[in-house]
Amino acid sequence: MSFISNMPKDREIMLKKIGVSSVEELFKDVPADKRFPKVEMPAPLSEPEILLELSRLSAKNASAECYDWFLGGGVYNHFVPSVIGALITRGEFLTAYTPYQPEVSQGTLEAIFEYQTMISELTGMDVVNASHYDGATALAEAAIMSVRSTRKRNKVVLAPGLHPEYRDVIETYFQGLDMELADGEIDDQTAGYIVQNPTWTGEILDVKAEAAKAHDAGAMLIVHTDPISLGVLEAPGACGADIVTAEGQSLGVGMNWGGPMLGIFATTEKNIRKMPGRIIGETVDHNGNRGCVLTFAAREQHIRREKATSNICSNQGLAALSAAIYLAALGKSGFRKVAELSWHKAHYAASEIGKLDGFSLKTKGHFFKEFLVETPVAAERIFAQLKDKFILPGLPVSRLGGADNELLVCVTEVNSKEQIDRLVAALKEVK
Amino acid sequence: MSNLWKISGEGRSAVYLPGLDVPETPIPAELRREEEPNLPEVAEMDLVRHYTNLSRRNFSIDTHFYPLGSCTMKYNPKVNEVTAALPGFRNAHPYQGDELSQGAIELLYRMQEQLSAISGFDATSLQPAAGAQGELTGILMIRKYHEERGELEKRRKILVPDSAHGTNPATATMAGFQSKEIPSDKHGNIDLAALKAECDETLAGIMITNPNTLGLFEENILEVIDAVHRAGGMVYGDGANFNAVMGIVKPGELGFDVMHYNVHKTFTGPHGGGGPGAGPVSAGAALKDYLPGPIAYKKADGYELKQPPKTIGRMKLFYGNFGILVRGFTYISMLGAAGLRDVTENAVLNANYLKALVAEKFPAAYDRSCMHEFVTRGDIAPGIHTLDIAKRLIDYGFHPPTIYFPLIVPEAIMIEPTETESRETIEAFAEAMNKIADEAVNAPDLLHNAPASTAVKRLDEAGAVKKPVLRY
Ligand SMILES: Cc1ncc(COP(=O)(O)O)c(C=O)c1O
Repeated sequence: MSFISNMPKDREIMLKKIGVSSVEELFKDVPADKRFPKVEMPAPLSEPEILLELSRLSAKNASAECYDWFLGGGVYNHFVPSVIGALITRGEFLTAYTPYQPEVSQGTLEAIFEYQTMISELTGMDVVNASHYDGATALAEAAIMSVRSTRKRNKVVLAPGLHPEYRDVIETYFQGLDMELADGEIDDQTAGYIVQNPTWTGEILDVKAEAAKAHDAGAMLIVHTDPISLGVLEAPGACGADIVTAEGQSLGVGMNWGGPMLGIFATTEKNIRKMPGRIIGETVDHNGNRGCVLTFAAREQHIRREKATSNICSNQGLAALSAAIYLAALGKSGFRKVAELSWHKAHYAASEIGKLDGFSLKTKGHFFKEFLVETPVAAERIFAQLKDKFILPGLPVSRLGGADNELLVCVTEVNSKEQIDRLVAALKEVK
Repeated sequence: MSNLWKISGEGRSAVYLPGLDVPETPIPAELRREEEPNLPEVAEMDLVRHYTNLSRRNFSIDTHFYPLGSCTMKYNPKVNEVTAALPGFRNAHPYQGDELSQGAIELLYRMQEQLSAISGFDATSLQPAAGAQGELTGILMIRKYHEERGELEKRRKILVPDSAHGTNPATATMAGFQSKEIPSDKHGNIDLAALKAECDETLAGIMITNPNTLGLFEENILEVIDAVHRAGGMVYGDGANFNAVMGIVKPGELGFDVMHYNVHKTFTGPHGGGGPGAGPVSAGAALKDYLPGPIAYKKADGYELKQPPKTIGRMKLFYGNFGILVRGFTYISMLGAAGLRDVTENAVLNANYLKALVAEKFPAAYDRSCMHEFVTRGDIAPGIHTLDIAKRLIDYGFHPPTIYFPLIVPEAIMIEPTETESRETIEAFAEAMNKIADEAVNAPDLLHNAPASTAVKRLDEAGAVKKPVLRY
C-alpha cells in the first residue's frame, strides 16, 4: 500500500492527461539495459508485524529504566520531562521543513529564537546558531572557524581532557584541510585552543587561566562544555571563551543509543559572519509586526556555495526545540536544581566508592557529575559482573583506548541514594 | 504570540524533580557562576499552551500540502514514531557494549543490507547525520582512495554541475578540493563537451545528482560516468532525489562509486523543522573499505560493530542519528522492494500529472517528461516575480514550492508533489496555480501583498541583518 492514495482509476486519468499509456513510459530516459532491475529484499511487513519485530529487537537492548544506571562518558541519563515528547511530536513541529518561508514557519522560528536566547544565557555568549549534528561536529567546525579567522595560523591545540571520540571527529574533518591538530603547548602558530570543561572524565578546570594562555598567544579559546554543569558553574563566556560548543543531548533529547544528539555552537558578536550554521533573527513585517527569519544567510552553502563557512544544511532542529522546551520547563530554579542534585549525588557516590578496599578516586580536584575510579580488577570485569545484577556501574575507559583498571562513573539527578548504595555494595563484592 | 519571559513568575517550574536524599557537598564559591541564567519560569499548563500555540503558526505535512522541491515532503507514517520510541532504542546508551546492544546492531545491519540492495552497492555506513555530511563522507573517501594510490597531489579538482545543490561545492571545499562548475546543456543534461574538457589527470571526481535538481534524468549518464572513470576520477552520487529511482535503476549498476541517501526525505524521517536527518552512504567495490564507522557486521553468534579496514574514521559520535534510522528501517521494512518501486512510480506520476495540469500557464523549463519534480518559472506577467507566486500560494492554503533554485533557471519554481498526495490534492493545487496566473495579470496587487492570510506578513529580511537581534 506504500501510503499512496492513487488507485488504478486515478492512475488511468492521470496517464491520459499526461499523454502516455503507462507509467513505465515515464522512465524512458533511464538506460534500457539497466532499467527495472531485480531488487532482492525481505517480504514487506504489515503494521502489526513490524511493531512486533521491532519490539523484539528493542527488547534485546539494555535500556536505562531496567538498570541502576551510572554509565555516561558523553551521553547522559538525565530526566526527560514528559511534556517534551508530547509537544515535539505535534505534526506542526515534527513534519515541517527548515523554515524557508517565514510567514508559515513562525512556530519553528520563534522556538529556535527562544533556544538561541536560553543557550546564550547558559553559555554567556552573544550569538548561538540553530544547531549542529552533535557536540563533536560542532567542535570540529569551531576548530575550522578558529583557523579561518586567524590570519596565517593553521594549528589547533588540544588541552588534556578532550573526549577521545571528539578528537577522532576533528581529525576526520581536518583530513582535507591545511590544518594541524596538536597536543600540548600553544605557540605562535596556534589559531585555536580547545579546552573541554568539565574534562571528559569530569574534572573542572580553571577556564580563566586557560583563556589567558590562549589570548596571550593570540589564539582563540574554544570551550567545549556540558550544558547541565552551567546550572552551577561559571559560564564560559564570563571566563573569556571566544567559541563555546556543547553536547545538548542532556537537555531533554534523551540517549537514543547515541543519536539524535544536539550540537550546540555559540560565539561572540564580532564573529557572526564567520560562523557556520543557521541563525534566526528578529525583524518586522510591513505592518510593523514582530516576526523571525533565517538571517545572515550569506555565509551559507545555498548562497555562497564553495565559499560558504560550512556545508551544513539540515541540522538537529527538533533536538534544539526539545532543549528549548526542557530549559523553559525547568526554569531558573529547576535547572539549578538538576545541576546541584547531580553534584551532590556524584560526590556522595565518589566518597562511598573511595572508602572501598582496592578502589580509589583517580579524578583529582573538583569534578562535576562524573569521576574516574581506579579499580582492583579490570573495569570490564566489573561491568560484566554488575550488569547481571542490573547495575551498569560506569564506563570501562578501556573501551575508548584507556587503561584497563579505570571506570568512569556518572551520577545524575535520577540516581537515588538507594541506587548508589546498591552500586557501592555490588562493587564491594566484585571478584 | 506569548513571550515566555513575559508570562514568567519567580519560582515557577513545570518539572517535578526528586529531592536531595544524600548528604550535601558544598559547591565552592569560586566555581559558582556569578549570574544565574535568565530562564523562563512557567507552570506546565502555560508551557504547553505556549508551544501548542507556536506550533499552530507552522505549515507542515500534517496540516498542508508542502510541495517543496528537492525536499521530498511525503507523509511521515505515525508508526515510525512508535517504533523510534521503544524503550530499547530510546533509552539505550552508545557505550553499553555490543552484548547489551544486539537489537540495535541487528537493526543497523539489516538496514545496511536494505540500502545496498536497493541501490546496487556493496556496503553501507549509516553514520553520517544528514545529506551534507554524507557528501563530505563520500568526498573524503575519494580523497583517501587517491591518496593511497599516490595521486592526491595532482588530483585536486571535483566537478560539480551548475544545477547542483549548494552543499555540493561547499563540501568539495571542506574536503580540501577545488570545485569546478560544469555547465548544463539545452536539454538540462550535463554538457558532455564541457565535461570531457575537464577530464584530465587533475580530476579527483565528480558529484552528480541524478535525477538532477531540474527533475530530469541525465540522458547521458553512462557516458558521463565513463568519461570520469577513464580519467581516473571517482563518481559521487547525491541521493537527495532517490525517491525518483527506487526499483527503476540501481546507481551502483550505472557505475556510481559512492552515494548518500536522505532518510529524512526518501525514507520518511520527519524533518523536524530543520532536522535531525540521517545521511547513510553506500559504496561499490573501489571505495567500500573507506566507509566511516563503526558499521554493523554479522558474526557467528550475533552482530558486532567495527570500523571498515581502511576507514576514513568517524564522521560523528557513535553510530549515526539512530532514532531517524529506526524510522527509515520501519518504513523500508513495511514497503519491501515492490512497495518502494510503487512509491517511485507514483511520485513520478504525480509530478508529471501536476506538470501537465499547469503546463499552459507555467510551462516547465525543459520540455521533457520529468521524474519526481519539475522546474518552472514565476516571472509570468510584468512586475510579477517568483516570490509573489510563492506567497500567494500561502493564501490558497499551500506551502510554497522551493524557489530561486536551481540557480540555472531564472525565477525558478521547483515543485515536488511526492507520491503520498492524492489526485484531488494535486488538482486543487494546480487550480490555485492557474488562478494565481490569472490574478498576476488582472489583480497583481493580490500577489504583491501576499500573504494576506497569515499572522505575520512579508518580513523585512534585510533589516534583520542590518540591525541584528538574535535573542530576546
Ligand atoms: C540535492 C540536495 N543535495 C543535498 C542536500 C543536503 O541534504 P541535508 O539537508 O540533509 O544536509 C539537499 C537538501 O536540501 C538537496 O536537496
